[in-house]
Amino acid sequence: MTVLFGQLFTGISIGAVLLLIALGLALTFGQMNVINMAHGEFIMAGAYTTYVLQQSITGAGWSLVVALPVAFVVAGTMGVLLEILLIRRLYARPLDTLLVTWGVSLMLQQLARDVFGSPNVQTRAPELLTGNVALPGGLTIANNRLFILALALAAVAALTLALRLTPLGRRIRAVVQNRDLAAVSGVPTARVDRTTFFLGSGLAGLAGVALTLLGPIGPTMGTNLIIDAFLVVVVGGIGQLKGSVIVAFALGVLQATGEYLTTLSVAKVIVFVAIVAFLQWRPQGLFTLRTRSLA
Amino acid sequence: MTAVTPAPPSIADDPAPTGVVPPARPGGRFRLRTAAGFAFGAALLFAVAPLVLSDFRLSLLAKYLCVAMVAVGIGIAWGRGGMLTLGQGVFFGLGGYAMAMHLKLADAGPGGMPDFMLLYGQLDELPLWWRPFASPWFALPATVLLPMVVAFGLGSLVFRRRVRGAYFAILSQALAAAMVILLIGQQGTTGGTNGLTDIKGFFGYDLDDPVNQRMVYFIIAGTLLALLALTRQLIHSRYGELLVAVRDGEERVRFLGYDPASVKLVAYVVAAGMAGLAGALFVPAVGIISPALIGIVPSIEFVIGVAVGGRATLLGPVLGAVAVAWARTTLSERFPGTWTYLQGLLFVVVVAFLPGGLASLWALARRRAGDAESRRRGWLPLGRRRVERTEVPAA
Repeated sequence: MTVLFGQLFTGISIGAVLLLIALGLALTFGQMNVINMAHGEFIMAGAYTTYVLQQSITGAGWSLVVALPVAFVVAGTMGVLLEILLIRRLYARPLDTLLVTWGVSLMLQQLARDVFGSPNVQTRAPELLTGNVALPGGLTIANNRLFILALALAAVAALTLALRLTPLGRRIRAVVQNRDLAAVSGVPTARVDRTTFFLGSGLAGLAGVALTLLGPIGPTMGTNLIIDAFLVVVVGGIGQLKGSVIVAFALGVLQATGEYLTTLSVAKVIVFVAIVAFLQWRPQGLFTLRTRSLA
Repeated sequence: MTAVTPAPPSIADDPAPTGVVPPARPGGRFRLRTAAGFAFGAALLFAVAPLVLSDFRLSLLAKYLCVAMVAVGIGIAWGRGGMLTLGQGVFFGLGGYAMAMHLKLADAGPGGMPDFMLLYGQLDELPLWWRPFASPWFALPATVLLPMVVAFGLGSLVFRRRVRGAYFAILSQALAAAMVILLIGQQGTTGGTNGLTDIKGFFGYDLDDPVNQRMVYFIIAGTLLALLALTRQLIHSRYGELLVAVRDGEERVRFLGYDPASVKLVAYVVAAGMAGLAGALFVPAVGIISPALIGIVPSIEFVIGVAVGGRATLLGPVLGAVAVAWARTTLSERFPGTWTYLQGLLFVVVVAFLPGGLASLWALARRRAGDAESRRRGWLPLGRRRVERTEVPAA
């Protein structure tokens, strides 16, 4: 039983990391139908922001608190720049966007290598997050994992509320459901796209801050994570968030269970096969946005 | 609704021009100019290159030509079929590993085990799935058929359910990721991160001998030319036209009574077979196959050469792949950091601003001339060919 819960929580914490990364992608992919391969490098930007802040703010706890909003803004700004300079011109060619943003991600990785050096760097975790929480039954849960889970859930909650309640959220939903109709109703779709890109990329920055708690920071840290996160969005279905939330945790648990029963490498293959099988059943993803548009 | 399986490519399939609209490309027959072009290419590869280049440069060229074979396949699947496959490394790797396994077993002699298995010492005897590769009659066909079977399996599942566009690209990339992790994880039987290295012989010939290296180069050059001839017939056949039609308007083709899934499947499987063949020939040319050569990054790098040369053309992918591979070797030796920036810039500039690749500059000049010709003959001028279908968001 303890083992089962332990695996379940490992899976959930893998899922929380996936979710943090996938949320931003779900926003941008869902609204603009473009694949942003540089999303992984926005994660990296968030992580390096934490590292840089820790050079000046010595208290590990405070630097983390400051890093969250700063990383959000840094990564978000990078996202907006990318949207204005490149992606905006390519909305009609989603596959080309994928390749172009891959090129951008290569350049950003090399930039990180030139600025911070090729070897990985490490941040200090605040003391509060280094310990474990002991649960009855001999089960322990690492504090940093718990923090990431809380951060992911907070991000989901904030995003959901923002999409439901704010005027901006209403405009985003309108553009996602029917871009042309939104445009003729007076929604400034280009500006909404840019804002969505800011939010989505900013969330990648938050994910970067969270990842500094789990391991070292390196120029290629984003590449390895981004594919799993894309799979989450593809399987979850685009145009809404709840699919991504469910699938992120489901894939995390599947990965952890597979890893426990077999090995890490076999678990990856199991996850891939499961995804292909799932898409046989629901090729559009878990939830699809139903609209009356004919497009 | 009748699902029409695509006709096999044949010379007789060339559609006759009807009405005032000319066929999309004149000439499905192996015309004189094409024959001259192939003769020129053959002379370049078989006579000029071996005479001009040193042994070292020639072996590098052999490596580039293997990359070019993968590029030809990507040109069919992506340029002609609109399927951006970011996992060609998987098929390249399947072909490469199948060949390398055979060569390792041949090196070890009958009943022997590859050196790395003895080194890791986890195994007492050869694993069951290695055994068939001892026979060249199994291993050689497997280098092509194994990738084709995998592509057929994935493709038939995915295309039939109309998973396409970016979804397909992500899935193909995830396949590459899974394959590499699997190879690294099973170190005892696959060689892990090191891959299969130190291959000495190639069907009884010593690979360290420069003469035999030349022989390998000639085999590779000949194979590439053969693949190009095959591709030329394929894209000028009726099937080739259908493939472009599926790329530009899948729903319309479906309404016409064809089955787009099988049209795409054929292109994907052919591309996989070419990548497998390329991987198999890469092994004797370079002497190694490893996860680092087939993962996510190399898989997407196969694509950039195709984009640079011109994705929808016959020669564009080959020339682009060779040019990019050559630039990588030359520049990354001298300025490793700069090359990464340059490669990134290449992706951005070519794909965003010159989606037809360098070939589109050539085509632009040709079209100017062609439009004048059409007007003279009273044909409708050819429309601007779109490089890629505008993706309509799913309702």
